[in-house]
Amino acid sequence: MSRLVAIIMAVITGVLIAAGVAPTREKEKTSSPEGAVRAFYDRVRADDYRGAYVLIAPSSNVDFATVHRDIAGRDGSLKTLSQLQNADARVIANHGNEALVRANLEWRTAVGALFENKDLKLVNDNGNWQIVWPKHHEQNLPPQVIPVNYLRWDIIHSDSEANEWGAQNVESPHVRITSMNAVESEGKVIILGELVNEDTVPGYVDVQGILIGKDGERLGEETSFDKISHVLLPKEVTPFRIDFDGVHLNQVKKVTLNPNSILVPASADPVIGVLHQQLDKTDSGHTVLKGELMNQSGQLVNIPQVLATYYDNAGKVIWISDGYVDQALRPQVPIPFAVSVNDDIAPKVHSYRVVVNHYTMDRTS
Amino acid sequence: MRQNFTSGLLVCFLGAAALAADIRVPDKVVAGQGMAIGSSGSGDATLYVVGPGTAIKRQVKLGEQIQLKGVELRNAGYYQIAIKGGGTDFSKDLYVAPAAAEKINFLARPSRVPVGQPKVIAGTAFVFDQYENLVTAPMPVTFELSVPGAGAKVDRATAKNGVAYLQTGSGTKAGPGQFTVQVGDNSVRRVVEETASEPCNLHFKLHNEKEGLIAETDPVRDCSGNAVPDGTIMTFVSAEPGKGRSTVDARVKKGIARAVLPPVPGATISVASGVVLGNEVRWGGDE
Repeated sequence: MSRLVAIIMAVITGVLIAAGVAPTREKEKTSSPEGAVRAFYDRVRADDYRGAYVLIAPSSNVDFATVHRDIAGRDGSLKTLSQLQNADARVIANHGNEALVRANLEWRTAVGALFENKDLKLVNDNGNWQIVWPKHHEQNLPPQVIPVNYLRWDIIHSDSEANEWGAQNVESPHVRITSMNAVESEGKVIILGELVNEDTVPGYVDVQGILIGKDGERLGEETSFDKISHVLLPKEVTPFRIDFDGVHLNQVKKVTLNPNSILVPASADPVIGVLHQQLDKTDSGHTVLKGELMNQSGQLVNIPQVLATYYDNAGKVIWISDGYVDQALRPQVPIPFAVSVNDDIAPKVHSYRVVVNHYTMDRTS
Repeated sequence: MRQNFTSGLLVCFLGAAALAADIRVPDKVVAGQGMAIGSSGSGDATLYVVGPGTAIKRQVKLGEQIQLKGVELRNAGYYQIAIKGGGTDFSKDLYVAPAAAEKINFLARPSRVPVGQPKVIAGTAFVFDQYENLVTAPMPVTFELSVPGAGAKVDRATAKNGVAYLQTGSGTKAGPGQFTVQVGDNSVRRVVEETASEPCNLHFKLHNEKEGLIAETDPVRDCSGNAVPDGTIMTFVSAEPGKGRSTVDARVKKGIARAVLPPVPGATISVASGVVLGNEVRWGGDE
């Protein structure tokens, strides 16, 4: 009997200790500004958005839905297909009851890692640090009908059962590589260039690159993958970039490029303007190309991708960089973008050109 | 002794009769048409007919007419007709000629071509009879290429060994070119789209509206006056003093490309399509 009482007492003691420790740990987390930010993003990583919302200061005057939308994205954007992988916090400024913390976030997305820096203001409330959630003044278009009458291209293919021998199919669009350059950077050979659709019909394009070594051996075979605008309308120009890991330029004797094009049904919309493009420096001294994307059509663009081509003063392509924008492009609403420029290349950049790839879900046509 | 002599005589007679067996085959027949083979002699024999895609074996009676149906002689070419059996073994050759031209296979290349290009359109016609035999006899062939709103180009040629060929240039008017080949009463049509060439005298103007600065081209045409196809990309570039630049890849719609640009005073705006450059306009900020 006395043994049973001892066991029961031990269990009760354990429960009480656990109950006493739990708030202490939470308190430890929010007792410093960076701890509060880490705790916030730990909960985001665990998909505990309600728990994260608790760490937001009531003075933010923001509802849960807004915070959830700000973090997890909306409108089928890249953020909605992302999962927070890592979060690190660093105090930028601490003024006793107020602090500024920079959160370095790494998201795992459908197109690879996405890095985000977020500066968060925190306030101290009786020893607990709370995040003052920044309010975004999103531009909202008034309800309206935007008439869109851009054309589409549809294709009638040859009916192999009914057609006789000799009946031709419609040809693939004629495309041409207008420039090409091979550079070595980051321990790999990178083939850069531009491709134009010279035809009057749209095409799905891709470029395959083959590196041939000094003894005629094949050093590598790669495609442009997502470093190209795949659907090209008539007279449209796209940059392309092919990366060959683990190859040095002095090993390469010859580069073979095979542009492929397929005739595909396509639509001429949406039109995306790239506004106020300019080269700028980040706080850490790196060069970025910044600007705004403006969807001039009436259709939502879920995932925009920016492809930037950089030229030297002779007009030669010297670098191509790209970046996915984690926000969807709503009609007529400018969205900022920034893509990094290789620091070695930046001083040689004389001009640049930006094109936008777009991925649209639930397209009706 | 007498009986032996009689038997020997009978054998010689029958042998001679057998040796006298023969068939009479026409020099030439037309594919798909039946024919009769005359035979002499007597007794049973086996008929073999071997030709392109054809092998027939049949029991026949010598001395009777042997009928071959049209369906058995559909393939043009050289046949061998042999009769074996009953002490008979001989063969003859027969040529089955293609029937009248009934069908044309027409290869037209390319399916799209810019206007004003010499020797860019090729058409090859293969002339067949109704049984898919190439009609090898010389045959007049007419090629005709016409674009709506422009005169038709007509070329006459002669098919040699069943093939006629034409190489010609594109016209000056854009549109869906109807490329037709005709042999006798039969014709086949293909579409060779003649497309506008590069834009010529590309020009745009600006006006300010509440949605932004509107850049709009004049109707975009090539140097022959053909409207460039809708959907063609026109790139507007606005070089903004101190603000970098803005670009819009606008699509030609109903012959005109239109883009909305940010109204930045002092900006220099230009337009280009592919390698063709248009005019430049400096925006002063006024209406």
